[in-house]
Amino acid sequence: MFEYAPAPESRDIVDIKPSYGLFINGEWVEPLGEGRDKTINPASEEVLAEVAVAGEADVDRAVQAARKAFTVWSAMPGSERAKYIFRIARIIQERARELAVLESLDNGKPIREARDVDLPLVAAHFFYYAGWADKLSHAGFGPSPQPLGVAGQVIPWNFPLLMLAWKIAPALACGNTVVLKPAETTPLTALAFAEICRQADLPPGVVNIVTGAGETGAALVRHPDVDKVAFTGSTEVGRMIARSVAGSRKKVTLELGGKAANIVFEDAALDQAVEGIVNGIFFNQGHVCCAGSRLLVQESVAEELLDALKRRLSTLRLGDPLDKNTDIGAINSAAQLAKIRELSEAGEAEGAERWSPTCPIPDKGFWFPPTVFTGVAQSHRIAREEIFGPVLSVLTFRTPAEAVEKANNTPYGLSAGVWTEKGSLMLWMASRLRAGVVWSNTFNKFDPTSPFGGYKESGYGREGGRHGLEAYLAV
Amino acid sequence: MSERLAVRKTYKLFIGGAFPRSESGRSYVVSSSKGEFLANASKASRKDAREAVAAARKAFPGWSAATAYNRGQILYRVAEMLEGRRGQFVSELVDADGVGVRKAGELVDAAVDRLVWYAGWSDKIGAIRGSANPVAGPYFNLSSTEPTGVVAVVAPQEAPLLGLVSVIAPVIVTGNTCVVVASERAPLPSITLAEVLATSDLPGGVVNILTGSAAEVAPWLAGHMDVNAVDLTGADAELAVTCEEAAAENLKRVLRPPSVKADWLADPGTERMTAFLETKTVWHPIGT
Repeated sequence: MFEYAPAPESRDIVDIKPSYGLFINGEWVEPLGEGRDKTINPASEEVLAEVAVAGEADVDRAVQAARKAFTVWSAMPGSERAKYIFRIARIIQERARELAVLESLDNGKPIREARDVDLPLVAAHFFYYAGWADKLSHAGFGPSPQPLGVAGQVIPWNFPLLMLAWKIAPALACGNTVVLKPAETTPLTALAFAEICRQADLPPGVVNIVTGAGETGAALVRHPDVDKVAFTGSTEVGRMIARSVAGSRKKVTLELGGKAANIVFEDAALDQAVEGIVNGIFFNQGHVCCAGSRLLVQESVAEELLDALKRRLSTLRLGDPLDKNTDIGAINSAAQLAKIRELSEAGEAEGAERWSPTCPIPDKGFWFPPTVFTGVAQSHRIAREEIFGPVLSVLTFRTPAEAVEKANNTPYGLSAGVWTEKGSLMLWMASRLRAGVVWSNTFNKFDPTSPFGGYKESGYGREGGRHGLEAYLAV
Repeated sequence: MSERLAVRKTYKLFIGGAFPRSESGRSYVVSSSKGEFLANASKASRKDAREAVAAARKAFPGWSAATAYNRGQILYRVAEMLEGRRGQFVSELVDADGVGVRKAGELVDAAVDRLVWYAGWSDKIGAIRGSANPVAGPYFNLSSTEPTGVVAVVAPQEAPLLGLVSVIAPVIVTGNTCVVVASERAPLPSITLAEVLATSDLPGGVVNILTGSAAEVAPWLAGHMDVNAVDLTGADAELAVTCEEAAAENLKRVLRPPSVKADWLADPGTERMTAFLETKTVWHPIGT
């Protein structure tokens, strides 16, 4: 491995306040309760800021503000709403570098990814849905589709600002107002987004940001004046939400966990497949719901592919997320690290063979080396449960039918990958995989025009594209 | 000469293309709107529901892989068979619903027409719900529809034929298979419809019909881990909540009961089809 001099991105560009309140009705307000939480840099365990914990009464204030703003926002001509959202997209582009650094600091992801993947997609998402705001009558949902009202949105910590964009952009374009709760470990970019709403002169109450943990989210989801619930996160919490809205008229979309199969056939371009496998499971430390966490490789090329994969993994650089050469950043939290460790230990205990490249681990912060398990059986926990970390489980197959059988043998159905040079086989596989997104000869690609969402226990509803509008319209 | 004694029909369940009695051996009395005895209908049990789910799951790979053209023709064939039995359905509706012969005729006609309408959707719904997506990169990106899987349907209590056809057709035309709990009060047209389905080249197990108590059977279907979606159109408020809560366990897609009383003669729109469709997006690089 080549030696590289450190190339850290400067953090001077971000201005983190020591303490944040809640963003309600266009103003920063203090929470009614005493609750305060700290958000830390997972790469150093340094406290970045103190953040309010919104209680039930705070959530109620935010929902009331959103309800009041709904009258204004839903009645505004779509062309005017569009211009506000375009403005937001532009401000995000203008502040992209600052937001990328902030995201990397709060989340632990490599700056290269925050800068080159997250932020461009965030801006693109707002830009895309801005254009829909005055074209809804052409979207295929009738001549005059109506917004739902107040959307309660709860997002995860793996792509904090991108998930915010996926939720807020279509909601606003369709004429809804929003109360959004970011994850408790990554609230800072959502709070920066609140400032962006002010810079854009967005009418007060159209976007409200309430910080806090699970209880805050639960209060938001069950609030009787919320018309729409959008959640991205674990299947376990998704189940609780689905149960809690039973009997209401709330519209719900859930984007939940996954255990995607990344399937490599013997005729695949193996070097490209190796890059795809690495991108599939080690992108964002594997904190990706659609990660290609199960590698299914055709038996005839398994040895060759695994040798190449291990060689490639030995060149990955783990460390300071702000260093522009870093490939693998920090695990987002101590709790997540504990979960990854627990499942990896279970993998060993159940008889799979564990391998990691030699990889220095920093003293402070939360880290986990890229890890590959071979000899994995379908019954092993590491083949069934979502690890949400840089851990790949390798299984083999002989025939396409066996690959389909193994790939679909999961309660999840979010994504899948297929690597083959044979077009008919690719399409045959794509048609049989029970998953909402199939990447063939590529992996982990996202675009605002492309619908994303799962089958089965990976949730329901689609985000992105024309399909993504349906979640925010009364249709 | 004395009048000939009619040969009555035994009304049974419809599971996997066959007509079994309830394994429980239970039946219940079905009366006309005037309170006269019509028949003893089978009262389906939890085990019958499980058998029906297994039959629906078994039928799913074949039915979902059938060409849209083929599914459309089979639905059209169902309409043909229903039309051929018009007189029988008219008299069953007169008995079950207390409607006049003329009204019953209109309802049967509407049911036939509804099947024809949905038959035509089989190879068109994908065109209006799918899309080629202009992603910002060298990728071919296509979203297409696929059926959700096995759908449990609580059929409307009123409208024992038109309502029933209006909930079954949109589920199966796109390639789903289903288990239907028929109207408890007026189940007989559902079993006669099963006879129509059984003679329409519809593969066994694509539609399975259970008669009996929705309140007893539907929660088992809603909680069944091999069911992918529930249509609660015919469930009362209490049953709908119970079923929606049970459905959360494996994140079933849920179609809630309508908020206003359904008008089965109105234009149905596409919602009943799209509620049980998944969108699959496939990416492939473009290059030389």
